[in-house]
Amino acid sequence: MKNIIKIGSAIMLSTLLTGTALAEAKLSMWYHGAGEQVSIDIITGVINDFNASQDKWSVELENFPQDTYNESVVAAAFAGNLPDILDVDGPVMPNWAWAGYMSPLDLPENALDGFLPGAIGKWDGKVYSVGMWDAALAIFTRKSILEDHGIRIPTLDKPWSGEEFNAALETIKAGGKFDYPIDMGLAWTGEWFPYAFSPFLQSFGGDIMDRTTYTTAEGALNGDKAIEFGNWFQNLFTNKLSPGSSQDGADRDSGFIDGKYAMQWNGNWAALPALEKFGDDILFLPAPDFGEGSKIGAASWQFGVSSQSEHKDGASAFIEFTMQDKYLAQFSEGLGLIPATKSAAAMTEKYKAGGPLEMFFDLSNEQGVLRPVTPGYVVAALDFEKALADISNGADVVDALDAAVDAIDADVVKNNNYGF
Amino acid sequence: MRKKPTSKLRQTTAAGWGMASPAIVLMSLFLIVPFILAFGFSFTNQRLVSPNPTEYVGTSNFSQLLSFDILTIEPKKAESGQLIRDDDGNLTYPRVRKFTRKNPNYPELKGMKEWFSWSSGDDRVVMLAKDVIFIKALVNTVVFVLIVAPVQGGLALLLALLINQKMRFINIFRTIYFMPVVMSIIVVSILWRFIYDGDDGLLNNLLSILSFGYFEPIDWLGRTDTALGSIAAMSIWQAVGFHMVIWLSGLQTIPASLYEVADIEGATKWQKFRYVTWPGLRNTAVLVLIVITMQAFALFSQVNVMTRGGPLDSTQTLVYQAVIRGYEKQDIAGGSAISVILFLIVLSISLFQRYLTREKT
Repeated sequence: MKNIIKIGSAIMLSTLLTGTALAEAKLSMWYHGAGEQVSIDIITGVINDFNASQDKWSVELENFPQDTYNESVVAAAFAGNLPDILDVDGPVMPNWAWAGYMSPLDLPENALDGFLPGAIGKWDGKVYSVGMWDAALAIFTRKSILEDHGIRIPTLDKPWSGEEFNAALETIKAGGKFDYPIDMGLAWTGEWFPYAFSPFLQSFGGDIMDRTTYTTAEGALNGDKAIEFGNWFQNLFTNKLSPGSSQDGADRDSGFIDGKYAMQWNGNWAALPALEKFGDDILFLPAPDFGEGSKIGAASWQFGVSSQSEHKDGASAFIEFTMQDKYLAQFSEGLGLIPATKSAAAMTEKYKAGGPLEMFFDLSNEQGVLRPVTPGYVVAALDFEKALADISNGADVVDALDAAVDAIDADVVKNNNYGF
Repeated sequence: MRKKPTSKLRQTTAAGWGMASPAIVLMSLFLIVPFILAFGFSFTNQRLVSPNPTEYVGTSNFSQLLSFDILTIEPKKAESGQLIRDDDGNLTYPRVRKFTRKNPNYPELKGMKEWFSWSSGDDRVVMLAKDVIFIKALVNTVVFVLIVAPVQGGLALLLALLINQKMRFINIFRTIYFMPVVMSIIVVSILWRFIYDGDDGLLNNLLSILSFGYFEPIDWLGRTDTALGSIAAMSIWQAVGFHMVIWLSGLQTIPASLYEVADIEGATKWQKFRYVTWPGLRNTAVLVLIVITMQAFALFSQVNVMTRGGPLDSTQTLVYQAVIRGYEKQDIAGGSAISVILFLIVLSISLFQRYLTREKT
């Protein structure tokens, strides 16, 4: 009798389970990390946890190579095939939100408390995307190099001034021990340019666009401050302080570690190899202050909900699920990224208080500046990149900046001011 | 019996259409329809990504690309009316942007950029263009075609003559010359980027060894005066094997009896080439020239991989600009307008070449 009951309840249980399995709605998710196994393993772990934690939704992952990810999304949007959950690069998000690819997130109040400002994707007053991590840039160098050349070691509170930084580069160049005093990384093209270099422009007092109106770049990108920045930037290359645009990718990746360059402008993702190579000698220094304070770029890849999703509540629930400290910490441990909250940072070896990369969390928190939050940014970024590439190759600074301003303004007009 | 010829003809036609249909369908779908769409888009403000409705804008995309103006700038004068000279004794001029930006006296010059300039007496005359990048792309593309078409065609003919002999292992040479054609252009471009590397590239090392170290390394792709030439040289090498094969097929259609006659007549090698080979290659020459011209106008992958249009726009090309504008800058209308202009250029050149090489009766 007992056995029969057991079997009976087992059958009932199994039908119940199959029943719920059938009722589970599938949520598709696109991710930019094809080919990056560690990253895929971690996100798969998060998805499995989410699928096991409830029985209403089941998330399925699809991976895309980062280089063509944005094109894939645009093509899918045309065809009406967007997934439920979208992976989106922070500065691109306003473009997709404006184009109607994305829906605002439905998050409980206070869900974003403690998140780094760069990890929150806001457009038009609504939150459209949230990142599990951020990235931060710093000047990589070695204590021994600075001490040998008698250069002050700057701190987060007292970074180098512009003059100090320029003098340091000249001193190292005069020392003659390195191929170049600093490597700005011109081998990397595309989004690297606005991400890495527009914060310098902002520190000078200029910007890619006028953020009071977001309808023009006139004055911001070709005003006196911007021209001052352009001349400074050009001098780095004409004066052989940094390798120029013909630098090859291999030198960018290993030049600092191999001792070719005394300093390197690079991100936290490259910090671990440098740390392993130089140990206690390594220094991660804040960007120089050219007048308006030290600044670095903020916002990395984030998750959002597609407007074509039939299960927006489920997609939102998944994104909320990923925002737990333990997952933020997992991504940070696996990929070296900066966890989006202080409490998650405390759970990691590298970013906890006293950890070797703690500096990056503070950098991101205190100095991170978002790239212009407008749908027009994706086009403005290309014009900015072209202007800087031309300037580094010796173009007339004022003409190059004027050309970028005209291109940006023409694009804004063609798009009816992007709704501003 | 009477109707048989017609029905047979009809059958043949049906079979013919049947066999041609895969090509017709694919070509309409991927060439003709997109072209008609591009033609239509070029008269609108079509965007790649936008919630705004598409509007008809007339020919403004074309006038944006093809506006020119000439500005004469007088040298700076002191209040006394004396010309101001700089330390080297040269005249100084106000910047062009003083006229083209926020200057109510010159509304027609708004947003124009300097293309090039020359001196006329004390004045400086500036050629202005609304879209200098497009103009530079147009000029570069034409220069590229003017280099590539004769050199690639000539080299291919030379190679074809070399391998059109009965010799042992001739197939090995044929394979070697043809090899670059079957390699992906992207792979070839990446390899040549290493070859052209400014510090320790193969080409610089080779030239340095050949000149016993006297040769100063050149950053081939990083200099405005060498970048386009470097890309042209690499492109010629990459596709020369393809045209070699076409020339070869032409060579092999020339009857051997003509050469025998020439031998009997006591013709020299040059006379045989001039009066037997070359006239026999007439149709092949037309084909090779047109194909090379069209391929050269479509220059894109090499630029995309090797220089991305730089340095300082010295390798911008029409197709590269069309792709950059259409996809990266989301301006489908602007990209389409460039495509339409390119189409018209290539069409007129092809017709002109046909006219020049027509059968003279």
